[in-house]
Amino acid sequence: MNALEFLRVAFESFRTNRLRAALTMLGVIIGVAAVILLVALGQGAKNYVESQFAGLGSNILIATPGKIETKGGPPVIGAAKHKLTMSDASVLEKKGYLFAGVAPLVFGTSEVRFGSRTRNVPVLGVTPAFSDVRNLHVEIGSFVTDSDVEAKRRVCVLGRTVRRELFGNANALGQVVKISGARFRVIGIMESKGVSLAMDLDDVVYVPVRTAQDLFDTDALLEIIISVRNKSDIDSGKELARSLLFKAHSRHEDFTITIQAAMLSSLFTILDTLTYVLGGIAAISLLVGGIGIMNIMLVTVKERTNEIGIRKAVGATDRDILFQFLIESTVISSAGGLCGLAVGVLGAWAIGLLAPSLPIAVPPWAIALSVTFSVFVGIFFGVYPARKAAALHPIDALRYE
Amino acid sequence: MPSAPASEPLIRLRGVGKVYETGTQTVVGLTDVDLDIAAGDFLAVMGPSGSGKSTLMNILGCLDVPTAGTYAIRGFPVETLSPEALARIRNREIGFVFQVFHLLPRYTAQKNVELPLLYAGVGREERARRAVDALRTVGIEDRREHLSNQLSGGQKQKVAIARALVNRPALLLADEPTGNLDTKSGDELMEIFTRLNAEGATIVLVTHDPAIARRAKRTVYIIDGRLVTAEEFRERRG
Repeated sequence: MNALEFLRVAFESFRTNRLRAALTMLGVIIGVAAVILLVALGQGAKNYVESQFAGLGSNILIATPGKIETKGGPPVIGAAKHKLTMSDASVLEKKGYLFAGVAPLVFGTSEVRFGSRTRNVPVLGVTPAFSDVRNLHVEIGSFVTDSDVEAKRRVCVLGRTVRRELFGNANALGQVVKISGARFRVIGIMESKGVSLAMDLDDVVYVPVRTAQDLFDTDALLEIIISVRNKSDIDSGKELARSLLFKAHSRHEDFTITIQAAMLSSLFTILDTLTYVLGGIAAISLLVGGIGIMNIMLVTVKERTNEIGIRKAVGATDRDILFQFLIESTVISSAGGLCGLAVGVLGAWAIGLLAPSLPIAVPPWAIALSVTFSVFVGIFFGVYPARKAAALHPIDALRYE
Repeated sequence: MPSAPASEPLIRLRGVGKVYETGTQTVVGLTDVDLDIAAGDFLAVMGPSGSGKSTLMNILGCLDVPTAGTYAIRGFPVETLSPEALARIRNREIGFVFQVFHLLPRYTAQKNVELPLLYAGVGREERARRAVDALRTVGIEDRREHLSNQLSGGQKQKVAIARALVNRPALLLADEPTGNLDTKSGDELMEIFTRLNAEGATIVLVTHDPAIARRAKRTVYIIDGRLVTAEEFRERRG
């Protein structure tokens, strides 16, 4: 008897017991659909975080003041004894042949006022390089220029939210706002960027970096953001930045250079783990579905004892009977796996429609794994009932009513 | 199966015994049975219930193996064969007809008849052709698309005979084939057996009905697992 004949016999037996076959399949359908949906959700969460960082680039180094001995995040703001200054930034810019941009950054919070409206917002002191390094661009007007920085001009570029809150629908370009009481002319409006990891990039005001240092009465920088021209040079870029700053700080390593991607990768590891845990939990339901198959197959073998006896009497070998039941259970679980795959993928697609901001995705490995697993479940849980069927003695089986 | 020397009967049983072990006690099913069946024979086996005639049938049909003695089909010893080889013999050399029909209820008559061919590895079209031929032999080919549980008892038994014939076995075994049928259907069935035998089939038929046994060419009697003479049988049954 060849595989095709076995399949035909299996389908004949499903036809006589459609409801039972469907309910048995349901266990596997739910299991596979759950695996695919939960993994897709986990993947969606990861994609979401990734997209939040996408603008930040994988070629970014961040120099922060203070030395941390152990690996980890950047040092706590203000914990440094030794500062990073504008001269450090210009050293990096002049001698950093691997760097595409060097963006020193000053950070403070100020009250911004236009007429009777005020708003407390983060004020970022930046150079022109910031726009390219951080991938944040002006929509209207111009960004901070080199001459703005050198001349410490009192000009500012507004984020979308700030503009809307202070000006409403009125034209903001060329108007004068007061930041901490000082007059600043608005030279540009940023593109809308939305919220990125708890920081509303639209609710920010940009001013030239030296102007910001005056405003906050400091010569220290929060950090220096460096973009490396070539992604593959990220490690040598880090080493270059380290040695340049090491020399500039008279051979003291009182700063830290972090590769941004390395920071992110630990976050992604957590998200990946989360995805695996979710998939694993769902896989348990697939296992339960498999036990359902075994249960039904045992009942089926019992019910069809007489049939097994007849088949053996007319010449079916133990192997024939074994394969017949094994193929039945495998067909049930495989069909359930494929239906579950369809349900899972459709479900993921539906969630994608309902929550467009979550970039949900079904990874190919989840499809391959859950379908393979469902086939395996059918074989594994089918073996015991099939062996029981095959081991029946033909005379006893024929006598069984 | 190698062809046997001319002197060799189709079936040869020598000192065949069967003992069942059920837990602590042993039950004797057959004792020291010697039996030769020639090709083309039509043998009736008579005995009361529990006499061992079903045990004898099961052994003849290779559904069971004897615990003593030798059993040869065409001179080929059977008692040492593996379960797989026995399945093969049941498939190729034996056709069964049971008292309770033993058809697959949700299969059509034709599919039931095809079953032995399925396990013989015969292709689909060839199966259908031979199944219809076999159904025609027993005069029921017009019912081939009926599900077997929609057939009457007599029709079911005809389908069962067609199934037994379809692989052209050396031996047709019928265990009380008319036991569940009315007299008319029973007579019709016996006509078929007689005709098949006339066409060359070797038939062994188990019955407790002397009227049925008289249709056979010869009769053996069995009581308490032993073959006995007709006189002894009449005496014991007396």
